[in-house]
Amino acid sequence: MAVLELRQISKSFGAIRALENVDLTIEAGEVVGLMGDNGAGKSTLVKIIAGNFPPTSGKILIDGEEVHFTKPVEARRKGIEIVYQDLALCDNLTAAANVFLGREIKRRVGPIRYLDHKAMYERAAAIFAELKSETRPRDLVMRMSGGQRQAVAIARTRLSDPKLVLMDEPTAAISVRQVAEVLDLIRRLKETGHAVVLISHRMPDVFAVCERVAVLRRGRKVADKKIADSSPEEVTALITGALQEA
Amino acid sequence: MSESAERRSVADIADVTGLQTEKGFRRIINTQPFWVLVALVLICILMGSISDTFLSERNLFTTTRNFAFMAIVALGMTTVIVTGGIDLSVGSIMGLSGIMAGITLAAGYPVWAGLAACLLSAMAAGAVNGFLIAYLRMSPFVVTLGMLAIARSLALVISNNRMFYEFGPDQALFIAIGGGSTFGVANPFWVLIILTLVFAWLYRYSTWGRYVFAIGGNSEAAKLSGVPVERVLMSVYVVSGLTAGIAAFLMVGWLGSVTNALGQTYELQVIAASVIGGANLMGGVGYAVGAPIGAALVEVIRNSLLLAGVDPYWQGTFLGAFIILAVLLEKVRGRRGE
Ligand SMILES: Nc1ncnc2c1ncn2[C@@H]1O[C@H](COP(=O)(O)OP(=O)(O)OP(=O)(O)O)[C@@H](O)[C@H]1O
Ligand SMILES: [Mg+2]
Repeated sequence: MAVLELRQISKSFGAIRALENVDLTIEAGEVVGLMGDNGAGKSTLVKIIAGNFPPTSGKILIDGEEVHFTKPVEARRKGIEIVYQDLALCDNLTAAANVFLGREIKRRVGPIRYLDHKAMYERAAAIFAELKSETRPRDLVMRMSGGQRQAVAIARTRLSDPKLVLMDEPTAAISVRQVAEVLDLIRRLKETGHAVVLISHRMPDVFAVCERVAVLRRGRKVADKKIADSSPEEVTALITGALQEA
Repeated sequence: MSESAERRSVADIADVTGLQTEKGFRRIINTQPFWVLVALVLICILMGSISDTFLSERNLFTTTRNFAFMAIVALGMTTVIVTGGIDLSVGSIMGLSGIMAGITLAAGYPVWAGLAACLLSAMAAGAVNGFLIAYLRMSPFVVTLGMLAIARSLALVISNNRMFYEFGPDQALFIAIGGGSTFGVANPFWVLIILTLVFAWLYRYSTWGRYVFAIGGNSEAAKLSGVPVERVLMSVYVVSGLTAGIAAFLMVGWLGSVTNALGQTYELQVIAASVIGGANLMGGVGYAVGAPIGAALVEVIRNSLLLAGVDPYWQGTFLGAFIILAVLLEKVRGRRGE
């Protein structure tokens, strides 16, 4: 059964039609690339899946069951994790505090529950090590490089065992070496049965890890095909509109 | 092995004081409360050498008591400022809740009933602020400015412009709570110490404290992460009302009487204390110890000017200059940090 099924999803922001009748199905353990020009509607689509806002029309099914998310926590409870394009971090908090924001590790003494800083620092350090990131758990996000911030945002998805991870341009701000780490992470997620949606403008990334690519153009899905049956040239043509549909 | 264990324990101590990166002493000296404390100590040494009365037991007793009221309210104010808000209504809430305490006690009810009337009315006013700001997304400045007028006017209506100085059967106890001392230290100062420890703990170890800072840093991100932003934001204004109510209760006991003018223009001093103590008006930064340290500086300077024989009419000028100076200092420090 499909982990995620979108049926005829449309979204309008006032007069702007950001998405029009988009269908998308994602199977367990599948890695799907989502591509499209700036403003094509990619972020809008993943934000709808992650429960940031509801679609204007259309249905969302998780494991075959229709869902109506009203806030991101509900999507998270259904096993959907997301890395936002703008990362959505609190600059004034440490890396570890950001990773655990909204799901802090607590200890209990009698009736009093308090934050277990040590456990959170250690867990965050372990996740950063796994991501082969230089990020230190105690550093303030304010003083971090773009790549370190990205690592913090990605680390947030590693706290749970999600069914589906949505990554909105997770490799936009990072070095070649770190891109390789993120792609490795995506492969590992796939091996362990997690599905991933990867939004990227970088053709090589998509062709390296995805088995399927979907292309959005001006809010419509214009292609959805196996990577094996496509080529970077074809996808580029689909994104720009040189090729109408495939 | 033992060295790393030692390092760990040093880091853990550093953890207690805030949310920053550098460890131990280096971390502490990078905070505004530390430098204000240094300034405070220098001023005290200077004043002590110039004036015989400044470091006298009598003067220290009154000074600590005087700034305790301000600092208690500043703890709530600091929390509000950390979320990126402001509470202009604290002075008026003190007036309203002080009158509520006075009228309840004067009617012959016991002291706990007076305390309940005082704190509940203060929290109710804070809850109205919080509701409008958190759920209707109104500007904290406008809402609390409105409450500044409303609470003061309600104090006037409820008191019918009377002064209360007879506090019923528990009069002696009530006066002793706010006006008395324990082990040679004024009771309000004890309350301040306890509340400062409570707030320091909450900032550091509670999810609520963590969320307060997260909201001040990036409320949008906090919301996306599942932080109950509205609930926390509302609670912050209730807490600010509560601290104003606690200060009012103690202050009325100390003064031995209450009129609707209690706490008038107090918001100015309280905001000054918070900001001088390192609370950043842009949100996201603030210190529990900053409230008493900032309040102490404000009071010590006021006291020093008095002892130096400066006309009290100048006090507002100095206070205003200090608020501006503190914000300027923060700006300069922020720029250096980049
Ligand atoms: N909250 C919003 N309010 C109004 N319009 C919006 C909002 N979010 C997105 N849009 C509009 O919807 C369209 C799609 O935007 P979206 O962010 O999904 O594009 P994208 O494919 O992610 O682009 P990019 O590659 O630049 O990230 C754009 O025209 C954008 O202006
Ligand atoms: Mg986008």
